[in-house]
Amino acid sequence: MTVARRIAIVSAMGVAGETVPQAAIRGPSWDGRFTVLILFLPPALLLFTLFVVLPIGEAAWYSGFNWNGFGKPTNWIGFDNYRFVLETRAFWLALRNNGLIIAVSLAVQLPLALTLALMLAERFRGAVALRMLFFMPYILAEIATGLIFSFVYDGDYGLVASIWRTFGAEPPHLLASTDTAMLAVLIVIVWKYFGFHMMLFIAALQSLDKSLIEAARIDGATRSQALRHVVIPLLYPTIRLSVFFAIVGSLQLFDLVMPLTRGGPADSSNTMVSFLYNNGISRMRVGYGSAIGVILFVICVTFAFTYKRWFMRDE
Amino acid sequence: MSNAEITRTPLDSAALFKTAFLAVVAVFVLVPLLATLLGGFKSLGELRVNPFGLPRQWEWQNYADILFSGRYWQLLRNSLIISTLTVILTLITASMAAFTFAHVKFYGSSMLLSYLTLGLLFPAATAVLPLFIKVRDLGLLDTYFGVALPQVAFSLAMSVLLLRRFFKDIPHELLEAALVDGCSYIKFFRYVTLPLSRPILATVGTITFVNSWNAYLLPLVMLNTDALYPWPLGIMIYQGEYSSEWHLILAFITLTILPTIILFLLAQKHIVAGLTAGAVKG
Repeated sequence: MTVARRIAIVSAMGVAGETVPQAAIRGPSWDGRFTVLILFLPPALLLFTLFVVLPIGEAAWYSGFNWNGFGKPTNWIGFDNYRFVLETRAFWLALRNNGLIIAVSLAVQLPLALTLALMLAERFRGAVALRMLFFMPYILAEIATGLIFSFVYDGDYGLVASIWRTFGAEPPHLLASTDTAMLAVLIVIVWKYFGFHMMLFIAALQSLDKSLIEAARIDGATRSQALRHVVIPLLYPTIRLSVFFAIVGSLQLFDLVMPLTRGGPADSSNTMVSFLYNNGISRMRVGYGSAIGVILFVICVTFAFTYKRWFMRDE
Repeated sequence: MSNAEITRTPLDSAALFKTAFLAVVAVFVLVPLLATLLGGFKSLGELRVNPFGLPRQWEWQNYADILFSGRYWQLLRNSLIISTLTVILTLITASMAAFTFAHVKFYGSSMLLSYLTLGLLFPAATAVLPLFIKVRDLGLLDTYFGVALPQVAFSLAMSVLLLRRFFKDIPHELLEAALVDGCSYIKFFRYVTLPLSRPILATVGTITFVNSWNAYLLPLVMLNTDALYPWPLGIMIYQGEYSSEWHLILAFITLTILPTIILFLLAQKHIVAGLTAGAVKG
C-alpha cells in the first residue's frame, strides 16, 4: 500500500520535472550515477579513512619512535618498542587474562546461554519477561556495571562481605587481592554478557525448521536424543558465531575493568586494552603504546581471518 | 487417576528443575541491580548492616540531592549531545553510502565495500593514540565533535552493511521506473528509499545511540574539561570524590542507568533485533 503511494509520488515528481523527455530517452544515465557517486560515497569513505584506517597505519609508523606525542617524532628506535613490550611481564599477564576470559566464555557462559535459550525459546507465561531480564545487563554501560559490582565486592559495605559476616567470617577484599581480582572480573563478565549469547541462540532456535525435530521424535528419538543429534547440530553455525563474539569481545574488554580494578592489583587483572591504556595512553608514551596497539591489531586480524577460514567457510 | 499421576511425576521434576534453574539465574541478575537501587535509599550506616533488604528508613534525600544538582543534568546533557550527533551523522553518511552500494553499479564497488567492512575486524582501542594525535592536529580535542566523529567512523562498517542489506530488498524495478520517469537517484533516495526504510533506520540509530551513550574510552582520551564530560566519565569522577560513601554512589549509578533502562523498555524490539541481527551479519 505504502509502496503504491510512493510510486504515485515518484511519477508525480517525474511529471513535474523539466528533464522528463531527456531522461526518458537516456534512461538511468551515467550523469546521474556519477552525481550519486561523488556526493554519496565520499563522506563515509573520508570519515572512515581519516579516523579508522590512517590511525592504524600511523600506529605502525609511530611504534618505531620513542615519542611523547609533542612536536614531531624524531627519535627512531626501530623495533625496540616491540622488544620492550614483549619483555614486560604485565603484557604476558594481560594476554593470559584475555585467554582466561575466552576460556570462561567457552566453558561457562556459552553452555549457560544455550541452556537458557533452550528453556526460553518455548512459549510459556513469563518467558518473554525472563528473556528481557537476562538481556538487560548487556545494554547497561560497562562503566555502570563495573561500579555496581565494585559495590557488590566491597569488603566493608558490599553484598559479598555481608554474606561472609552472617557466617561469622572476616570479609575478604576480593578486588584488592592478586589471587581473586581476576576471578571477580570474570564473574562480572558472565553476568553482563550471557544474555547476549542467549538471545543469539533464541533467534536461531526460533528460525529452526521444526519439522526436522518432529520427524526425529516420530522416528522414536527421545527428547534428549532429538536435542543432542538434531537441535544442537543445527545450532552449530550460531555456536561458532557466539564463540567468535566471545573472543572478539575479550580482545576489546576495557570499560568493565576500569571501575573494578583498573587492571590491578600489580597488573593481575589487566586485559590487553587496559594494559595499553595504563602503559601507553595515560603516560603519553606514544611509541610504546602504538606498539601495543599494533600487536593487538595483528592478533585481532589474524584471529578474524583464521577463524572465518577454518570455522565459518559456509557462511 | 493414579496412573496419570505416575506418568506426570517425571515431567514435573523436569519442570521443577527448569523453574528452579531459571529462578537462580533471575536472582543472580536481579540482586545486584535491586541492591543498587535500594542502596541509594539507605544511609551509609544502614547499608553496612543491611545491604540486601528494604531500607528501614527511606532516605529520599540521596536521590533528591543529585536530581537537584546541576551536575547530573549536565552529564546527561553532554551524553545526549554526543550521542545525538553520532546517531545523526552515522545515519546520514551510512545511508548514503549504503544506497550507493545497493543501487548504483560502478567499477570497484565491491572493493570499496570490503574496504569499509575492515572496520569490523579490530577495536577502536588499537589505534587510539594516533587517533588522539589526529584529533588534536585537527583542533577537535576537547570538543563534542572530537568524540562524535571517530565514533561515527567506527560505527560506519556495521551500519552500512545493515542498511545495504535492507535497501537491496527494495525492488530494483521501482528505481528503474522512477529513473525512466525522470526522477534522479537523489530524489529516489530521499522520497522512496528513506521513507520505506524507517524500521532499519530506527534499528541502526538505536544501536549507535546505545553504543555512544555507554562509551568510555574515546571520551576519556579526547576530553579534558569537566564541563564537557558525558556521564560514564562523570560517574567515575563522582566515585573518586565520594570514594566510600556508597549510598550516594549507588543513587548516582541508579539515576544514570535509568535512561538506558527506560529506552530499553520502550525500544526493546529495535534493540534486540539490532544487536543480535546486526551481530549475525557482522
